[in-house]
Amino acid sequence: MTDISTLIEQAESFADRHGLAITTISRKLLKDGKGITRLKNGGQCTVKTLTAALKVLEELEHQFAMKNGKATEKHGQIVDIQAQELTHLERLEAESIYIFREVVSECKNPVLLYSAGKDSAVMLHLALKAFFPSKLPFPLLHVDTGWKFKEMIKYRDQQINKMGLKLIVHQNPEGVKQGINPFIHGSAQHTDIMKTQALKQALSKYGFDAAFGGARRDEEKSRAKERVFSFRTVNHHWNPKAQRPELWSIYNTRVSKGESMRVFPLSNWTELDIWQYIYKNNIEIPNLYFAAKRRIVEREGVSIMVDDERLVLEKGEAIQEKMVRFRTLGCYPLTGAVESNAQTLPDIIQEMLLSKTSERHDRVIDRDNGASMEVKKSEGYF
Amino acid sequence: MPLNEELLSSDILSYLQTHENKGLLRVLTCGSVDDGKSTLIGRLLYDSKLIYEDQLVDLQKYNDFQGVQSAEFDYSRLVDGLESEREQGITIDVAYRYFSTNKRKFIVADTPGHEQYTRNMVTGASTSDVAILLVDARHGVKVQTRRHSYVLSMLGVKHVVLAVNKMDVVDFSQKKFNEIEENFREFSTDLGFETIHCIPISALHGDNIISRSERMKWYNGPNLLRHIEGISVVPSNEKENFRFPVQWVNRPHQNFRGYSGTIVAGQIKQGDKITVMPSGKTSVIKDIVTIDGQLNRAQKHQSVTLTIEDDIDISRGDLICSSENVAQYSDQFQAKIIWMSTQKLFPGRSYLLKINNTTTSVSITNLKHKININDFSHASANVLELNEIGICNLSLAQQVAFDPFDICKSTGSFILIDRQTNDTVGAGMLNFSLRRAANLTWQNLAVGKLERAEQKHQKPVVLWFTGLSGAGKSTIASLVEKKLFDLGRHTYTLDGDNVRHGLNKDLGFTDADRIENIRRIGEAAKLMVDAGLMVLVSFISPFKAERQMARRLMEEGEFLEIYVNTPLSVVEKRDVKGLYAKARKGEIKNFTGIDSEYQVPENAEIIVETTTQTAKQAAEKIVKYLEKNGYLNT
Repeated sequence: MTDISTLIEQAESFADRHGLAITTISRKLLKDGKGITRLKNGGQCTVKTLTAALKVLEELEHQFAMKNGKATEKHGQIVDIQAQELTHLERLEAESIYIFREVVSECKNPVLLYSAGKDSAVMLHLALKAFFPSKLPFPLLHVDTGWKFKEMIKYRDQQINKMGLKLIVHQNPEGVKQGINPFIHGSAQHTDIMKTQALKQALSKYGFDAAFGGARRDEEKSRAKERVFSFRTVNHHWNPKAQRPELWSIYNTRVSKGESMRVFPLSNWTELDIWQYIYKNNIEIPNLYFAAKRRIVEREGVSIMVDDERLVLEKGEAIQEKMVRFRTLGCYPLTGAVESNAQTLPDIIQEMLLSKTSERHDRVIDRDNGASMEVKKSEGYF
Repeated sequence: MPLNEELLSSDILSYLQTHENKGLLRVLTCGSVDDGKSTLIGRLLYDSKLIYEDQLVDLQKYNDFQGVQSAEFDYSRLVDGLESEREQGITIDVAYRYFSTNKRKFIVADTPGHEQYTRNMVTGASTSDVAILLVDARHGVKVQTRRHSYVLSMLGVKHVVLAVNKMDVVDFSQKKFNEIEENFREFSTDLGFETIHCIPISALHGDNIISRSERMKWYNGPNLLRHIEGISVVPSNEKENFRFPVQWVNRPHQNFRGYSGTIVAGQIKQGDKITVMPSGKTSVIKDIVTIDGQLNRAQKHQSVTLTIEDDIDISRGDLICSSENVAQYSDQFQAKIIWMSTQKLFPGRSYLLKINNTTTSVSITNLKHKININDFSHASANVLELNEIGICNLSLAQQVAFDPFDICKSTGSFILIDRQTNDTVGAGMLNFSLRRAANLTWQNLAVGKLERAEQKHQKPVVLWFTGLSGAGKSTIASLVEKKLFDLGRHTYTLDGDNVRHGLNKDLGFTDADRIENIRRIGEAAKLMVDAGLMVLVSFISPFKAERQMARRLMEEGEFLEIYVNTPLSVVEKRDVKGLYAKARKGEIKNFTGIDSEYQVPENAEIIVETTTQTAKQAAEKIVKYLEKNGYLNT
């Protein structure tokens, strides 16, 4: 076809005149860098494609002519430059803020689940941003198992006082009565009674219809498929097969009476994002995340910190002073310390990236079976 | 190297600096089960060093357990999630994965390739800027590939990467690759993609994933990762118009009134002129407020709080636009709908529609046709089923501001919610306003409902009798009408059988026709109420949703549902018209109670039990209710 050769000729001439590579022109005309070369080597295309390509070429000629003319005209003038692309942290922040506002606009009685860990700290920071200059329009809820690191409780109270927030602390009264002790009853039972059951009690007691949680999808495989707005039945159960599709950023927040939602504003954040955000925004986190000399006992391959007298040494065990820190925080008997010298945020990030051991590794509860988190979640664990 | 390890260990501060300034790109992967999609994603995570050691140990344990003898990891096992899927060995939902390079953070929506899971792909595509479409080099472009391309095009994904996988199996044949590329470009010309880039890869062996393949030197383009790192997704057309759906009114005290929301298109500066839609009121931006201080400008994707110079009424659901180019508004639309529920879409039924932070009542007034996504052909349809796509006319209960989806994705998209189950049952894209809303204004007559009713000394009301065929609805209704007539009231009865002889004689007994039947009767009853009459409607009206629809047409207190409760065994024994016998023999199809459902009313104002009451007693009970509740004492 002669028309194809016309196109090749004109495209080559254009490229030549404006000092552009033939692949660049080819991409503009045929949406394919190799298109022109292919045609040159005897390739074929439809009349439609050809006509479209010739039209684009004509437009390009016109544009370039205009540009060259204007360039001299506009010389020395400040041109309004196209806005710079937002960074990934700015995008994540904006998305989380949107989620907070959506819940407050559509739900009657939301609450923020606060654990005094680093993810909670970021979540709270974002929530305050979302409603400024208004005050936080919902309370915080801390489910206290009675076995949290003392330092976490201290940090929690300091933060709450400093920011003037409303905090509800809940403990499972039956668990307290039974004297649930992770050293005696084991991690599974302790977590179920003092955490899962306690959380359900608190949500029902105060009638919260939406609870913000700090879970991220990168933490664990089954979380990768959980929605941002995740529904719970009257009994706080999660049904992974009956999740609502989430399109664009339009969230369906409607629930029937007694049902509730867990909302995860940090869904799209990764561990690295969280650390970077903390670093960039100078967010205060508990000192336990930083390496220091701490009193440690080695038990079943995990380094447990001696946080109070309830840790009773077994035969052959000894308390050692070691330079350690914690990658995640929870109940001290269930949280392993790692040996480390990281005393600043950049050190922590560096160590994290170089070590490549997944975050929940040090949480004793997650290591039962491949998809244990999913089982726990369908039972009502956060 | 995706993560710069050298810099990481030697100079953490500059490493952090680099990574702080990364952009964000949302990518969708799609392909059929065997195209190797999970392997590709697993490979990207692995190669960008985001698979942690203990996860690798898990993987090794799994391989050992399954007796898999392989020198290579099964990367796909890194990304499958829910237990049941793992057993089935396939991904059946949308899953999100995250990885990073020095230039960008990627959010990958992983969606399945099965025919029945269109809805998941639609979900994934709705938030993605770029799609990686996988094809198997042995099979090339299949029906599935066409289907996926169509969905991408429909959801406005403008950038496509065609990853021709398993090149190792076809001996890295350039000829094979060129054929597939040619084929794909040919059929996708009309789909409106801005860029199409084709890359020959082997996900399993890592060819052209993060580095150039030594085995395909004939390919000179960028590898997959380099391509998606560099691709520009900024709209190529001229400047976007500013759009800001108001999400929350920020009112901490008397002296501050701000509007919080996320900019979905364009940008804004202090002093810019704005127009609020649908009210059309105008003002000027005073401040752009954030906790970190005021900004003089803000752009797309940012969540901010705006204050304006004038004191005008703005609330959640309003759309703040740049005055240079304002959004349209309407309550009548043509839209494309993707149906996502096993409960079919019936035209005429009422749903909730959420768009631009407004939730309002909607009904599909006309299902024009559905679209076959395999060959893009049109077919007529009465209902939409799960995963079907249709072109529909919509009628909303209120005016909303919008842009056509092709012009602005965010302000032209909506979801549909089922009123009973609260499920998200559909998603849609607005094509254009039907303009009827603007041309058709309700005639405001000097004589209104109130005047007409007063003239007749009565309170207009609809008495809606529902129940099985032969339950005694018409008998009781006619007794009630007689009593009201004797009391000097102006009444009219709309009877199921009689209306079907005239107004509704074009309708049959399928579910769709039954819904239309009720809709027309509801509208007719509404006109009569407007005329000041007491209207008795006697219809089987088996579905809750349609009875609710009729109820919503009337004002509060104008609709009384009367459930004539006669058990199926009793009506079947009576069988006054001989219909049950015929239905049992299969001579009548879709007969309520036999092979079509009757949904028992939950909130009927009046229930009459015909097994314990005579028709006369029932009629007396109803009239007594009317007296007691003030319908007769005007």
